[in-house]
Amino acid sequence: MSKFKKKKDGGLPPISTASLPDIVFMLLFFFMVATVIKEDNLLVENTLPSANQIEKLGKKNPVSYIYIGKPSRNYQATYGTADRIQLNDKYASVEAVKPFIATERAALREELVPKLTIAMKVDKEANMGIVSDVKQELRETNALKINYTTRKGDAISNNN
Amino acid sequence: MAKRAAPEVNAGSMADIAFLLLIFFLVTTDIAVDSGLNRKLPPMEEDKPDDVIIKEKNIFQLDVNRNNELFLKTGGEEKIIKLEQLREEAIAFLDNGGGTGDIACQFCKGNKNPKSSDNFDKAIISLQNDRLTKYATYIAVQNEILAAYNSLRDREFKRAYPNLGMSYVEANALYKDPQYTGDKDKLKEKVEVIKKLIPQKFSEAEPKKN
Repeated sequence: MSKFKKKKDGGLPPISTASLPDIVFMLLFFFMVATVIKEDNLLVENTLPSANQIEKLGKKNPVSYIYIGKPSRNYQATYGTADRIQLNDKYASVEAVKPFIATERAALREELVPKLTIAMKVDKEANMGIVSDVKQELRETNALKINYTTRKGDAISNNN
Repeated sequence: MAKRAAPEVNAGSMADIAFLLLIFFLVTTDIAVDSGLNRKLPPMEEDKPDDVIIKEKNIFQLDVNRNNELFLKTGGEEKIIKLEQLREEAIAFLDNGGGTGDIACQFCKGNKNPKSSDNFDKAIISLQNDRLTKYATYIAVQNEILAAYNSLRDREFKRAYPNLGMSYVEANALYKDPQYTGDKDKLKEKVEVIKKLIPQKFSEAEPKKN
């Protein structure tokens, strides 16, 4: 009788998956912390340009988003490839910007209304024409605080 | 009867549940991009004020055309510049300090070219776009001009408050940070002084129609 039994030969031992839930939970928590719930479903292409003189949007101040870009690929057959504005969950014309700002303001407490920042999320391939039209509308409705949302990076390489 | 150990709960499906949650979060969330270039639009004026006369030497006139090329008119020169040169040119213009007497610039370190800007307060950067200019170029131009202002503000901030050990940009970010526990009012005061010393006089003309 030997003290050390010879291991039985045959087959690999099964890999323990006991720690799999832990790993998945770790991933889950990472995503819960690092992301925010989607504000809007994007209907336009939205590759943001990069810049390095950026400031963070204040957490305290209310923000409204305006998206500009070409319609996403699956909408291009219907809506063409000209730049479009997206407000909330649908395409909108330039004229719809003013009513949009009015509704956004109506949803805010009064003291926060002048602090409303308009974040412009514009695709880097978009033309300035439509952006200036939107800016003009914003000026007319007196929503003057804007933020060109950009990624952090080198601005000069944008053109390549 | 012997004591029976509690039966173990089967945790085999835990991974599946966690995966389900994970996938739910992957689908419904976005990685937040909450930073960008803050700008203020000029308010609409009901009654147009009388045209203010600005000396040509105090204007840094930048034109971006539909091919995303930059055309610069300043200091009695007209030239086509590259994006890489813009920051340098803007700093040279803002920091020129060509004024004498009353309008002499106290802190400018530039060339004192009499054909370029008088002082920080007088220097105006004017930007004109074409409707077909690409947004990426526009952002790059904005970024470079802001960078020029920020680097001068950094320099002046460090000169005025050397014992603070931070730059203007850092101070400004700190002042806006809700978690900052230091003396915000003092910091704000200092930031405002520099803002006033080097005001951002940066105007955008309406784009050319074609």
